[in-house]
This record gives sequence, structure tokens and C-alpha cells, in this order.
Amino acid sequence: MVEAILINGLVLGGMYAVLAVGFALVFGVAKILNMAHTAFYMVGAYLILIMSIMLGFPSLPSIVLAIAIMGITGRVIYKLFLDRVKEHPVAVMIISVGVAILFQEVLLIGFGGHFRGIDPFIHGFVEIGGIRAAYQQVIAIVTSLLALVAIRLLLSKTQVGNAIRAVAEDREIANVMGIDVSRICVITMGISAVLAAVAGAVVAPVFMVHPLMWLHPLTIVLAAVVLGGLGSIKGSILGAFILGFAETAVIFLVPMGAFLRGAVGLSVMVVVLLLRPEGLFGVVFEEERL
Amino acid sequence: MGSYLYRLYRGFQGEILAVPGRVIALIFVTLLFLLPHIIPHPLVLKIFSLAALFAIFAASWDFLSGFTGQLNLGHALFFGVSAYSAALLNVHLGVPPWATIPIGAIAGVIAGLLVGIPALRLRGFYLALVTLAFPIILIGVIFVFPDITGGELGLFGVDRLSGSRVLDYYIILLVATASILVMWKLTDGRSKIVRTGVILHAIREDEITARASGINTVRYKLMVFSISGFFAGVAGGLYAHYIRIAGPSILELFFSFQPIIWTIFGGIVTIYGAVAGVFILYPLVELVRLHPVGEIYRIVLMVLILIVVLLFMPQGITRWVRDHIEEICPRCKLINIRTRRYCRACRAPLRAEK
Repeated sequence: MVEAILINGLVLGGMYAVLAVGFALVFGVAKILNMAHTAFYMVGAYLILIMSIMLGFPSLPSIVLAIAIMGITGRVIYKLFLDRVKEHPVAVMIISVGVAILFQEVLLIGFGGHFRGIDPFIHGFVEIGGIRAAYQQVIAIVTSLLALVAIRLLLSKTQVGNAIRAVAEDREIANVMGIDVSRICVITMGISAVLAAVAGAVVAPVFMVHPLMWLHPLTIVLAAVVLGGLGSIKGSILGAFILGFAETAVIFLVPMGAFLRGAVGLSVMVVVLLLRPEGLFGVVFEEERL
Repeated sequence: MGSYLYRLYRGFQGEILAVPGRVIALIFVTLLFLLPHIIPHPLVLKIFSLAALFAIFAASWDFLSGFTGQLNLGHALFFGVSAYSAALLNVHLGVPPWATIPIGAIAGVIAGLLVGIPALRLRGFYLALVTLAFPIILIGVIFVFPDITGGELGLFGVDRLSGSRVLDYYIILLVATASILVMWKLTDGRSKIVRTGVILHAIREDEITARASGINTVRYKLMVFSISGFFAGVAGGLYAHYIRIAGPSILELFFSFQPIIWTIFGGIVTIYGAVAGVFILYPLVELVRLHPVGEIYRIVLMVLILIVVLLFMPQGITRWVRDHIEEICPRCKLINIRTRRYCRACRAPLRAEK
């Protein structure tokens, strides 16, 4: 029981963390609440399904291709839809909801509403210290950790990363310093969509794929980002793992827990925010306090 | 008597007939009241009953989130709490609809106050995301007690609102008209009698300045949450009795997004924009549904219309229309039709001469 919670919590938490980091990046840099973020994750998973099962591609190239396509899709969507109305934050949010529903409906029309599975890339189990885990779960955990490390390195070591952090910190000053802010926003959106597709690739073989799979992760990702403090990458990773473990523990320990899996994570968020309104790692601005 | 009627007529002419937006609203409401006589089709009646009911729901979202700036992404909570309490009372205890709907509305007020308490500490996107959580938490609770709440299937066998569809329609339409007029009056910034409109605008624009000016923002925020909860609750109670089922779908994320979609589409911070958004989008989607191809593509169609409209009119469709037919006098702030060159009251030029 304990090891099952540990393994599943790590898989789920890792996936939420990758999603939450992408979401937090876009929010921090472009100041957009991108509700279509988990829809990118769903489309990424579907692209892998199309390529590996329907077209019969080998799994690795289909994953790489899916991630590349999603990176481009994210940038196109930002350019086409979100960039034009960025003065109206609520309109941007609603358009992103619209984009997400559009993806969902297109997938519903194209594939029907049933659940589909993708074969694991590698079958079999591995035992680490007496804990039995499917290879696929190990791959999922390792990939999400690698993605998190990669994004960390990208943000701290490269020039683009510096520019992204500068824009997130202060748009006007970044602009004055010669950073092309709108280009950075497009790049961030691309990175975020790539992260979402990575999460999709990681979990597609572990969980089922269906056209409503974006809704539950969306609530959890929003909760994780708020829990950690909006705009804090470190905080959103921590928030995602807390919620991932809370969800897994509830499913395994509480009778009828599967019904409560959303409720528990969100209750955790509400309680934390009531105690600490700025989240775990959020920055408090003097003027924002009551 | 004659002079009194004449004064009334002149007032009507000045306040309504001279303002194009209000003329459109008047024609629209008149048509709605005549609808059962123009098109006596039960399906049309059903679509417009539900549209009127959702208009209350969307307007109550606009009242809370548009006017006071408390972005609420979980508005379905108020609707759902009320629909479920009305249905529970009706199914398990046999309480008649005229009692369950007010009780449901009061349940909505309580839900509003509960959500309002975190709103005193949180703001902006934090508040938005916390409010989003509540209906989803409630769904979990409903699924855990399927014996009482009906679980995933929902609670069915709720009493009808009244005997006939036409009477149902008129009840809903009257309640909707009254509720929307009350909300519109409460948010009217220019009203001399009700001062809440100005105060709500002040809280949205700058809360700290509002506090510094001696406005008890805590009290007003709680008040807005409970009023919004009340009207969303009225809509929820009517809904439960109209479609005679209270299911968990009314608490889902999509249902919370719906009033936002309608309001943003119609125009936020207007009340009438929310109503227009519902009456344009909802019947359109439902009528498209009648066709077998439309059944499949209706949501795609709705979303595409939404995105295109928002890309070109990010302030919403009613704002765009209003800006193209009305002109506010720069001197006396009276609304004039766009075709006039001089203000109808003070004769000031409406636009700078070229």
C-alpha cells in the first residue's frame, strides 16, 4: 500500500509538476491564465496515440514529433488568438477556455468519447529496494524529473532563460534593456506547450486517453500554482507534488476516494490559502495586503 | 389627469425612446412576452425559458465579477447549491415549488457568504482560483452520498413549476425581468436613489482608495457576494423545477465557465450585456442542435463564434453595438443617438467639427 502510494504519487505529482511549471511560466511572463494549457497536454497524448497506433510509427520518434508539433501549436495559438487581445485579461482567459473546448470537441468528433489506451513503451517490472514498479512508471517519473531539471537549466543558464526571467520580473525595464518582450512571450508559450506535451507523452501509456482528460488536471494545476504562489516555479513544483500525493493517498486509503480525488486536493489549496493568502512561496507586495 | 399622462409620456420619450439601446431592449422584452403567441412551439418555449433563467445566472455573475471585480470562476456553486437544496426539499420532504425556490435562493446567499469570506483575504487570480475549487469539492461530496443526493445520475422526479409550459415560461420570464431590473438598478452608477452602483465601481477601480474614502469594503463585498448568490440561487431553484432534475453536471467546471462565456461575449460590466450574450448564444446553439449535423458541431460553432467575436470586439458585442449607435454628450452626459450632431438637451456639439 505504502509503496503503491509512493510510486503513483510520484508519477502523478511529476506530471502535475511539469504541467504546473508550464502554466506558471506563461502566467509569469505573458500574464495570461492559459486555460488551454492542459488541453495541449491532451492533444499531445492524442498525437502520440495517432502516430504510434494508427500510423504505426515507432514510439520514440512519434513522441519527439508530437512534442515538436505541440511546441509550434502553442506558438501559433498565442500569435493567432491571445496576443491580439492581451489588453483584456478576462477576454484572453475566455478565449483560452474556448480554444480548450475547441480541442475537446474536435477530438470528440474525431475519436468518439471512449477511453483509449496506449501500449507501454517497455513492458515489465523493476524492483528497487523491494518496491515493485512498472518500467513505464519509472520512465514517467524519470522523464518528468528530467524535464524539470531541463527547464531549470534553461531558465538559469541560457540567454533566453535570462530574458524570460527578466520579462517576468519587470516588463517595462526588460523592454528598455532591449529585450523583445512579445518575442519572449511567444517563446515562453512554445516552451510551455512543449512541457505540456512532455507530460502528455509521459502519462499517455500509464493512464487512459479521452477527450475530457484535460478538465481534472486543469483544476489540479491551477490549485498547485496557487498553492505554491503565483509566479513561483519552485512553489508550483512543490504544490504539484503535494496535490499529487494527496490525491493518490485519498484514492488508496479512503473508501470511495476516487470520487473525492479532486475535492481533497482543492480543499488543501483552500485551507493553505486561508492561512497564507500569497501561497507557499508567493511574494507579498505591501499594496496587495488588506 | 391628462397633464399627468402627458408628463409620463414625455418622460418615457426622453428616457427610453430617445436612447437607441433602450429602444432595442424594450422591443426585445416585448417580443419575449409575446413569444408564446407568435411561435407556440413547445421546443422554442423551452429554449427561451432556459435562456431567461440563464440570463439571471449570467447577470448575477456580471454583478459579482464584472462590477466588483471579484473574479469568480466557480459561479456554478450558487446555482448548484440552490438547485440541489430545492430538489432535496421537494423530493424528500415534498415541499412545493413556491417554497423551495426562495429557500434555494437563501441557500445561494449562504453559499455566497461562505465564498465571500475567503474573498476578504484573497484577491485577483488567487480568489478566482479558490472560487473555482468550491463547486468541484461539492461534486465530490455529492458523489459520496448517492442515497441522498442521487449521485452521478442526479436527483430526479422534482415537481413541475406549474401545470403548463406557457405558464412556466411566464413565471420564469417575470422573475427574470424583475431580477435583472433589480441588479441593473443596484449597479447603476448614475442613479440618484441607490448609491451602491457608484460604490461598487469604486471598489473595482481602486479598493484602497475606496477604503480611504470611508467605504466599508468588507461589508459591500459580502453584500455583493450574497446578492449575487441570491440571484444565481433563484435561477438554480427555477432550473431544478423546470427541467425536473438536479444532476452533478450543473456543478462542473464547464457550467461555471458558461456564465462567463455569455457575459464576456455580450459585454462585461453592463448586466444587459450578460442578458444579450445568453439570448444570442444559447438559442443559437440549441436551434443548431435540431439538425443532425448541427448536433455534432454545435459546440465547435459556439466556440468559433465566441473566439471571432472576442478577437474583433474584446469588450463584448453589446458594447461594440452601443458605441456605434450611441454618443454621450460631452457636456451634460446625456445619451444621444449617433445620427445627431448636437445634444438633444443642451445643444452642445457631440463631435468636434472637422
